[in-house]
Amino acid sequence: MSLFSFTLIFAMAALSICLVLIGIRFALGPTLPDRITCFDMFVSNIIGIVAIYTELTGNHDFIDVAIILSLFGFLGSISFAYYLMKSTR
Amino acid sequence: MFENINFLLIREIISSVLIIMGVIFMLIAAIGLLRFPDFYIRMSAITKGSTLGVGLILTGMGTYFNEPDILLKVLLIIGFTLLTSPVAAHVIGRTAVRNKIPFWERTDLEEFKDYLHKEHSTHRDHERDNKHL
Repeated sequence: MSLFSFTLIFAMAALSICLVLIGIRFALGPTLPDRITCFDMFVSNIIGIVAIYTELTGNHDFIDVAIILSLFGFLGSISFAYYLMKSTR
Repeated sequence: MFENINFLLIREIISSVLIIMGVIFMLIAAIGLLRFPDFYIRMSAITKGSTLGVGLILTGMGTYFNEPDILLKVLLIIGFTLLTSPVAAHVIGRTAVRNKIPFWERTDLEEFKDYLHKEHSTHRDHERDNKHL
């Protein structure tokens, strides 16, 4: 195992620790906007994991997954915020 | 002249440094999300840290592959993230102000008080108008 693949696996492990921390805040966040920001951070974390996995395997096709994921993350957080603004009015 | 240089090794080193920097930014953002005392402070930590972290990780990946179409896709993702992340943070923060999410008790709200009062009173006006209709 070369130093480069060790670096990539270490980066994936650190991003997994990030996912665990975000999950803890998602479970104990006091209000609904906290959970929406957690969702936003979750999506960007998954984009980072997909990028590192693309580099680890050398397969180019996974980058399209990252493009679609960044699009749908924005759409998800905007629609949650819109729903929250409409439902409390 | 260039035959003695191992370009793959140079690309791997640059890519590793960029990815490690991005992962450190993501880790700092996640710790800030867990430890900060208030919703608004947490949202500011998330927006800046995760945008910079994703940008650095994707730049490292584009540097490693060294192909034009991969670089185009990477620039597309980075530009989209830079465009949409502040907009989403603004919309969620405005929703939180509308829904009266409480501030931290040590936040200085002196200059913000008029805006909060106006926002909440117009909110009530909207409710009254809807009831009237």
